[in-house]
Amino acid sequence: MRPADRALIFLTLAGAGFATCFLDATRLRAAAANDANGMATLVARLHLTDLALFTEARYTRHPSQADLHSPFQDHPQALEHFPTGSLIAPPAGLTRTTSEVGAGETAK
Amino acid sequence: MKLWLARQRYLIDFTLASLARRKTRNLGLLFVYTVLVFMLASVTLYSHALRQEAARVLANSPEVIVQRMVAGRHDLIPPGYIEKIGRIRGVQTREARLWGYYYDAVTKANYTFMVPAQGAPAGGEIIVGPALERSRGLAKNNGISFRSYSGKLHTFVVADVLPQASELVSADLVLMSDESFRAFFDYPAGHYTDIALSVANPLEVRNVALKLAAALPDARPILREEVLRTYASIFDWREGIVLALLSAAILAFGILAWDKASGLSAEEKREIGILKAIGWETGDVISMKFWEGLLVSLTAFLLGFVAAYAHVFHFAASLFGPVLKGWAVLYPRFQLTPQIDGLQVATLFFFTVVPYAAAVLVPIWKAAITDPDSVMRG
Repeated sequence: MRPADRALIFLTLAGAGFATCFLDATRLRAAAANDANGMATLVARLHLTDLALFTEARYTRHPSQADLHSPFQDHPQALEHFPTGSLIAPPAGLTRTTSEVGAGETAK
Repeated sequence: MKLWLARQRYLIDFTLASLARRKTRNLGLLFVYTVLVFMLASVTLYSHALRQEAARVLANSPEVIVQRMVAGRHDLIPPGYIEKIGRIRGVQTREARLWGYYYDAVTKANYTFMVPAQGAPAGGEIIVGPALERSRGLAKNNGISFRSYSGKLHTFVVADVLPQASELVSADLVLMSDESFRAFFDYPAGHYTDIALSVANPLEVRNVALKLAAALPDARPILREEVLRTYASIFDWREGIVLALLSAAILAFGILAWDKASGLSAEEKREIGILKAIGWETGDVISMKFWEGLLVSLTAFLLGFVAAYAHVFHFAASLFGPVLKGWAVLYPRFQLTPQIDGLQVATLFFFTVVPYAAAVLVPIWKAAITDPDSVMRG
């Protein structure tokens, strides 16, 4: 067999592997549909708002529910000290300058 | 057409023979290139799947959560507060939620104690999340004691364990009855943690929030779309951090490719000179190098992507998972459902395959248009 044919067969096989990823993704999605529905039902039944990914502090367990003061609860200039905090984006309000933030807005 | 195909096959034959002459160098390049695609594809596949999972799961969370703020901090909902919300038009149902945190010194982890609106366990019984079941070695009908913040020891019987499939949202949950919750936390009667609202018309949600803020100035409405945005930004941020760390590798590969692109080795120059001297045209030399670039970059892309897919969805992204997921004492065990974004794959393809193929062509074109004699003499 010529080297060109071998190379093309190899690329075709790699291309088939690439296409298989998409088929496998569809298969896994279908297989996980029941679990996903169960999870969605639980979220609706318990009125859950957050993923249980980071449980170390209340503002990392429920980042969507925490007020902006909670990571700095010790005093206003306290550094946030939980490890997850270094990997979660700071809320948009905190990265704005004081002049851009209206009175009382930091609590929202 | 047949002639063209035959010509391309001969060109590929020649290209492969040329690559084989510098086997170690080219295999090394292919390996580094594949690893780079693998890393980039792993990060994008994982982050996209995690973002989609969060969006899908939280799509059923309450449309509006109302918190009460006192001095900029979250405070309890006092009696009579819920009745005021009922008068706002557009609000379909309002349910007061009771939940809080408990730090367990045994596992050194925080649990979320919650009272479900429907299907609450009987007094003295609890339903626990799967991570809690694992960390405390619990089973159905086991007893467990927690020391409350007032110092009293409370004993509960595990009535049930939440399904493992729901661990992503329920890992640390402890569900209990209203009475047990209030007794455990010494929660004042008639007070609640916050309020979940459902709004009949999804287009009205923002208006309801505005009306709420006007009617109850101390209320902080949190919309479902804000929750979804929070999670999207968390995973965007994390993806950005990993990509920033990987940028060193991307830069190193860029230098490698640039080095290859900006200067041809004396051996390559001589090869081009000989080819031109024996009658190859400039177009043939460029076609040959085009095939070289395409074969290397396409092989690296396909192998890198397939390896990344297997790594993320069949081996739980063991290399990048800890950075992208975060960590905690009670960490949920979950398998991500694959979500592949076509646009993301196309972008990855464009930024990995095209620059390399182009980088290979430019110096060859420069060498191929010069006189064979001067090219061979170097």
